Amino acid sequence: MKRLGLLFALSLLLAACAGSPAAIQSTQQGGAPSADRVNAVAKNLYCPVCANVPLDVCGTAACVQWRGQIAELLAEGYSEQQVYDYFAAQYGQGVLALPPARGLNWLVYLIPPLGIGVAALFLGRNLKRWKQPAATSQTKLDDDYARKLEEELKARR
Amino acid sequence: MIADLGFFALLVAFLLALYACVAAAVGHWRKGAGQAGAQRWVSSARAAAMLGFPLLTVACASLVYSLVTLDFHLQYVTQVSSHSMPLYLRATALWGGQAGSLLFWSWLMAAFTFAVMLREWRRDRDLEPWVIIVTSATLAFFLTLILFFENPFLRYWQGITGTVWTAMWQPAGAQAYIPMDGNGLNPLLRHPGMIIHPPMLYIGFVAFVVPFAFAVAALVTGRSDDRWIRVTRRWTLVAWLFLSLGLILGSRWAYDVLGWGGYWGWDPVEIAAFMPWLTGTAFLHSVMIQEKRGMFKHWNMLLIILTYCLVIFGTFLTRSGVLSSVHAFAQSAIGPMFFGFIALTFIISLALLNKRWGTLRSEVEMTSLLSRESLFLINNLLFMGILLICFWGVVFPIVSEASGGIGRAIPALAHIFTGQRATVGPIFYESATGPLWAALLLLMGVAPLAAWRASTARTLGRAIWKPFIVSLVVLAGMLLGGMRNALGLLSLWICALVLLVTVYEFWRGAQARVSRGETPLQAFWRLIGRNRRRYGGYIIHLGVILIAVGIIGIELFQQETQGSLAVGERLHLGGYSVEYESLAEFETPDGRLVDRAVVNVYKDGAYLTQLYPRRDFYYESQQAMTIPGLRSTVENDVYILLVDWEVVSASSATFKVYVNPLVNWIWYGGFVFIFGTLVASWPDAELRPARQRVRASSNARRASNVERA
Repeated sequence: MKRLGLLFALSLLLAACAGSPAAIQSTQQGGAPSADRVNAVAKNLYCPVCANVPLDVCGTAACVQWRGQIAELLAEGYSEQQVYDYFAAQYGQGVLALPPARGLNWLVYLIPPLGIGVAALFLGRNLKRWKQPAATSQTKLDDDYARKLEEELKARR
Repeated sequence: MIADLGFFALLVAFLLALYACVAAAVGHWRKGAGQAGAQRWVSSARAAAMLGFPLLTVACASLVYSLVTLDFHLQYVTQVSSHSMPLYLRATALWGGQAGSLLFWSWLMAAFTFAVMLREWRRDRDLEPWVIIVTSATLAFFLTLILFFENPFLRYWQGITGTVWTAMWQPAGAQAYIPMDGNGLNPLLRHPGMIIHPPMLYIGFVAFVVPFAFAVAALVTGRSDDRWIRVTRRWTLVAWLFLSLGLILGSRWAYDVLGWGGYWGWDPVEIAAFMPWLTGTAFLHSVMIQEKRGMFKHWNMLLIILTYCLVIFGTFLTRSGVLSSVHAFAQSAIGPMFFGFIALTFIISLALLNKRWGTLRSEVEMTSLLSRESLFLINNLLFMGILLICFWGVVFPIVSEASGGIGRAIPALAHIFTGQRATVGPIFYESATGPLWAALLLLMGVAPLAAWRASTARTLGRAIWKPFIVSLVVLAGMLLGGMRNALGLLSLWICALVLLVTVYEFWRGAQARVSRGETPLQAFWRLIGRNRRRYGGYIIHLGVILIAVGIIGIELFQQETQGSLAVGERLHLGGYSVEYESLAEFETPDGRLVDRAVVNVYKDGAYLTQLYPRRDFYYESQQAMTIPGLRSTVENDVYILLVDWEVVSASSATFKVYVNPLVNWIWYGGFVFIFGTLVASWPDAELRPARQRVRASSNARRASNVERA
């Protein structure tokens, strides 16, 4: 059970990291980056001044400038991760779509698997008891409707 | 004058809500002490609770009248209305700002209190005072916020020095100040979806107060039976129906108005409305276990307490300003009041539950892992898992910021508790909840087939093997069709399996009736009609599957690209080509500057249609809105946004194009889902008048075994 919980926690972490800005690999070095590449980077950043709006879809003039800045940084040869680091240093970690896994931020990734692990533990501990065969009188279909339906279908056959 | 009338109605409603709480409590204690006149106190409390509805109707009508007639003397009218707004938007601006939406919330709360008070109380006299207390206390809390913090009837006044301030009545030496025009409604709210989305959501929210009130009443009076659940089943379904409708409409609004290319952004306010839906859905499933088997009594209490607290928490998040969100249209300093109310309610409810813990023990034990009750328990735990992820994701930004205090107090820990606000974006929620949703979908297909008390793998297998084989054919079809996305294949296969299992259940039920001589149509109709709860539930499941297919389509297979086009140039994506034809800029009578592009859409080289993505700039609020050009089919949507353009020559423009596969299945599924909920909540024969029941029972005697079951 413990192993299962660990495995789940690990898979969640991996899933989170797999999609995190850090995991997105640079596909193009130097030259003017395409709008799609800029948007792919901007998708993992949030507008520093708007109300919880991802940078790739934000329509304000400030966000247009920030997207321009991403394009400039990519053209200068920055990797995606360096762009994220640059923005986080300039505007705080709040601009990152996922908090970097350090300090208190670890709690973001640990609390959900811990909670789900507790639920799984609860189920696992009761599993053995519930597996015990029920008394014969109890195994008959308890659902009136289902019982009648089965009888009807059996009679038809 | 009209505003004065509204304010006084509000004030009297507040005083009556307080009186209802006190009178109901006195009635309860007198009854307990065996003193005479107890029921008179309760009846008086009930009358007071009912009066809240007509009084708040007057208050709402007064505000709507002021909005429609553009009485800019009122601060609220100036904030949310303007000359350029059409009549229907002026009226619906009632819920377009903080003060008005709180009043609207209270009016709905009063309406539900009124409706619940009209029910026949003879069998539930002991519960009555506490239902009055809970509903009236909730109403009194919201009216406190309105009267003392967010009064929509405040007026502008100007002193001799020219200073403008707000007050209810004319201060000495001041004159009425009436602005020439108002700021107008937030452009994002000027959408047909926004006219009905908030009321649906609010109705869903307030309706959950009714089952909570009955649950508290059962806890206080020590009733351990399932009466409170049976009484509130339909109230809960109504609440759930409206909350679901609100969420679906909100998704459609986001798709049409936010210009993000999607329907759901895991925004904190979206999640705030989603969390009570999660606990409400878990509750709707687990109450069946209590009704059927006398189990999960503690759990059901906890779920309804959580649902109520999450309803208030959701309202708190939207209105307090603690979180930044595209949906937080109204913010003020009422956060601490909300927080205090949630904490108080939660603590009192848990204390009551603790007090009655012993009397709420299950009547029987779980006997089999594959029984329906244990599968429902797993379903509930999965919902709770999703709730935990959502809740934690929403509150973590607040926690991360607030923790800075610890870092400042203990410098050694400053590197851990930095106080920097973190953002938890969609990728967290999608990665973490994805597997749980898949498990829930699978359970949705299997659990209804399991028997109560005990099932074996063999009995379950017997019920499922035919749909399983057909689902494998579907999977093979997807593979042969060229799909190679493993996650897509797995999730769509689960959807296919659950769909087939559910349809098979309908087919088996109808088959039994056909064998008794009914036509297939009759058999299908009567099958549902005679067992609405079961088959209504199955229809809801079918709706969920369609919604799931839509979500899988857009989440896993969405394509997007962006490019600048000169006139006549084309952008290609997913078999479609988008050709830029022209762009026009013009002003509209309602105060917008519109930049509207004309683009031609081609599929595999053949002309399909013309679309008009545009950007509306609202002069009053200095806000812009991006409205997509949209071509919708069952297969996919072509969703085009106008991103940028050459202002003068219009010789080139930048477009963002999305191809959203299967996204319309979300809306189709929404319709099926709502229809299923209506079927499940439709009154049964035993609730109809006696005369109709007699007729129905004589019909039933002639009917088959299945009908009688």
